[in-house]
Amino acid sequence: MASPTTGPRSLLAHHFADLGEQKDATTLGMWLFLAQEVMFFGGLFLVYTVYRFNFHDAFAAASHHLDVKLGAINTAVLIGSSLTMALAVHAAALGKRKQLVVFLLLTVLLGSAFLGVKVVEYADKYHHHLVPGPGFSGEALHLEGDRARQAEMYFSLYFGMTGLHALHMIVGIPILLALAVKGWRGAYSPEYNTPVEFTGLYWHFVDIVWIFLFPFLYLIH
Amino acid sequence: MHEQHVVSPRIYFAIFAALLLLTLVTVQVAAIDLGEPEIFFGKRVPLNVVVALVIACVKAVLVILFFMHVKYSPRLTQLVIGAAFVWLFILLAVTLSDYWSRGWVGGNPGT
Repeated sequence: MASPTTGPRSLLAHHFADLGEQKDATTLGMWLFLAQEVMFFGGLFLVYTVYRFNFHDAFAAASHHLDVKLGAINTAVLIGSSLTMALAVHAAALGKRKQLVVFLLLTVLLGSAFLGVKVVEYADKYHHHLVPGPGFSGEALHLEGDRARQAEMYFSLYFGMTGLHALHMIVGIPILLALAVKGWRGAYSPEYNTPVEFTGLYWHFVDIVWIFLFPFLYLIH
Repeated sequence: MHEQHVVSPRIYFAIFAALLLLTLVTVQVAAIDLGEPEIFFGKRVPLNVVVALVIACVKAVLVILFFMHVKYSPRLTQLVIGAAFVWLFILLAVTLSDYWSRGWVGGNPGT
């Protein structure tokens, strides 16, 4: 086999001195993307905070409707998926092909379980007419008039924030599957595993967003 | 070539256990009413909110330092991450201070 840093199928882009420099640059780029994501989600948390101060009672009533147990289970599931992702990155760094694929698939499994619980929760909101829009009703929360409209604002933010979070996971899962396929074919080695590494960063970031969504939406009344 | 830092899986399992424990703690604490003592310049502070956010921040820092390898990252990467949180702080602090202080002076507060 040819050296990984020379020849037509080189893993090293020509503008980098070596694979280490290439990896550092890629990781930095990924972090700049994540910094942008921090600002993006930060803005949403900010909007939630401002409305929570203004409509405190309606927001408390609406958040009491959420199932803390399901939220806590999902937190544990997502933390578990972060663990398996970290172990996948570890396996890639050591060049353990089978371990890499197993941990990537476990991450996909746990991520899918999280989304499954989310579907159950969304269905519950739908059945109680808590989806914002013409069909919204404050009845399930014993709220009417302005208070019901304020609770509708809570659920707009709930669906907006958890929906965007879920969208990040829906984007991440096919990427993990693609890594598993390429990993199975032996694309990653101790010399070259940057795609696994920066997909890991993305996945952990999604975990962190949920770490904040859980107390904001479920726990703080 | 740069030395690649390989973290022991034992550390990952320890962080995982700590994160689960903190999740359990935050759920249990949320069920207790900690009250709203006047501790911030005579303002009432809901302690439940403070505890929940502090625990969330600790969890996030654990994920960032160990799962995301920032503890072992180059200085430049650490600087960029630190800067990201400075920008986030500006976003939060400036906006919230605006909303908080509206109506402190006379005239039309613009709300």
